[in-house]
Amino acid sequence: MNGSDAAVRVDMRPMSGQPKSSSRFWHLPGDFLFHQAAVLAAFLAAAALFATVIAIAYDSRISIEAFGIWKFLKSSEWNPVTQTFGAFPFIIGTLVSSAIAMILAVPISFGVAVFISEIAPVWIKKPVAGAIELLAAIPSIVYGLWGLLVFAPVFGQMEPWVSHYLGAIPGIGLLFQGPPVGIGMLTAGIVLAIMILPYISSIMRDVFIAVPAPLRESSYAMGATTWEVAWQIILPYTRSAVIGGVFLGLGRALGETMAVTFVIGNSNVLSASLLMPSATIPSVLANEFTEATTPLYLSSLIYLGLILIAVTLVVRFLAVLLIRRLGRREGTAT
Amino acid sequence: MKSVVARRHAVDIVSKVLMGVATVIGIFFLLWIIWTTLKFGISGMHWDLFTKDTPPPGTDGFGLRNAFVGSLMLLGLSLLIGVPIGLMAGTWLAEYGFHSRTANAVRFINDIMLSAPSIEIGLFAYAIVVAPMGHFSALAGSVALAVLMIPIIVRTTDEMLSLVGSDMREAAIALGAPNSVVITKITWKAARAGILTGILIGLARISGETAPLLFTALNNQFFSGNFLRPIANLPVVIFQFALSPYANWQQMAWAAAFITVLFVLVISLFARVVLGTQVTK
Repeated sequence: MNGSDAAVRVDMRPMSGQPKSSSRFWHLPGDFLFHQAAVLAAFLAAAALFATVIAIAYDSRISIEAFGIWKFLKSSEWNPVTQTFGAFPFIIGTLVSSAIAMILAVPISFGVAVFISEIAPVWIKKPVAGAIELLAAIPSIVYGLWGLLVFAPVFGQMEPWVSHYLGAIPGIGLLFQGPPVGIGMLTAGIVLAIMILPYISSIMRDVFIAVPAPLRESSYAMGATTWEVAWQIILPYTRSAVIGGVFLGLGRALGETMAVTFVIGNSNVLSASLLMPSATIPSVLANEFTEATTPLYLSSLIYLGLILIAVTLVVRFLAVLLIRRLGRREGTAT
Repeated sequence: MKSVVARRHAVDIVSKVLMGVATVIGIFFLLWIIWTTLKFGISGMHWDLFTKDTPPPGTDGFGLRNAFVGSLMLLGLSLLIGVPIGLMAGTWLAEYGFHSRTANAVRFINDIMLSAPSIEIGLFAYAIVVAPMGHFSALAGSVALAVLMIPIIVRTTDEMLSLVGSDMREAAIALGAPNSVVITKITWKAARAGILTGILIGLARISGETAPLLFTALNNQFFSGNFLRPIANLPVVIFQFALSPYANWQQMAWAAAFITVLFVLVISLFARVVLGTQVTK
């Protein structure tokens, strides 16, 4: 069992059908009811996806009526006192924190996956893989707690150094200026990166290991180095599933709530610097949901949730599609 | 010629070192997080945690009894809701749907639900339970957790049932057993360790979930056994106490986090042991 709570794995079942008997109610009532119960359960499990979207869209109707779509998306005023709400700062916050997380987590995940599947000696593979998966088992609230009370103070001491050296670079220097408080967009991105690392790397590792041995062996026989095999043979072969794994990690990062809420600083004002406090859609939901006193305020928060669900649905759809594509190709090849 | 070989060799060495470094970075953060949770968690341990309820703001003392009971109640009810639906849906996929178009569509949707951000499921439970009822409740929390858990159970049940060899199934059908009997008496039994593993993994996944509970079960400063009212639970207590200025509250947040992590790790470990007993054909 690896990454079982997250990984969408490659399905390689044989296509053979199994014996089937049609049962009717008057013939075998128990059998018929069992079948219908199974059908109902499968329907419920699948309907949950659509029900989620519909229920959230329905609950955001007041806000949709009040602000429309474009106005809500591009307005950056979020003011419960005047009852004007706009999603722009939170959309940017969500995208930027996830982007930081992806920039950090994707190369590291690739490194971990290649290390486990290609480089590590056999005796070390299992413990290392197990340790990385343990990272996925830790609840996100613990990441938040650790991020706020342990990591942020340590990182705050490093921030003057960051703004001194990176802040001096013309152009991107603007991103690294600000008070060294330890919490903010960059901290959230780093904590997110640690969180999504096991998800991305376990999918990459699973598909790397599943690469047919002849492919790998023939490249080594041609004199390729380990790096060349990994980069020029294994990665192109597994490309769709690897991209799918990256999308899966992105979906996690976009929707992650607790770890981000603790360390992002929760400021509803946009700032150019990554060291400044910010907010994401999930963090503002977690912070303000129970404080929302008017129907319009509450509905605007749920409207934010609707935007998030629209974005993550597309990302997750692509992720599952891309991961499955590899399985289908292997199914026809063998 | 020589220089090409040397360059390829150098690139290979550098890449291997970098990948080793990437792995060390991952393990470093794991150890750091586990170590701090252990350190602060164990120093936060106190007998009162288990015998008293959470103290009001600004007062001394420790207590998490209401949160422990609340969390167990939430998990128990989500198992009651999630296991039958997940088990039956997985059974339908493996035993009735096979590789039909509908079954593959359900599998696809289930995979999308598998990675659903928990906050969205929280909003869903808010919309279908809290809003009609008019107030937060433990029931709504359990519904949210069950929805998070179902895709995991569906997936493992489907996978484990399709691992059961068709000879056993055919033998039972040849004896005249109807489908429902074949499934409940033969295939479920053959795959029970795998199915139980799926349920345990689902349980581990939901036991630390916080975001959906903020919109549903919320929190309760007092002891409650009522599923129709807000209820105290460990994740939300960690969230509220960690952000508080009181030293004893922060200490309790660490203790609660420690116990949650311990619970999750023990269940995950148990799941592995159970899976090890699975006789695969």
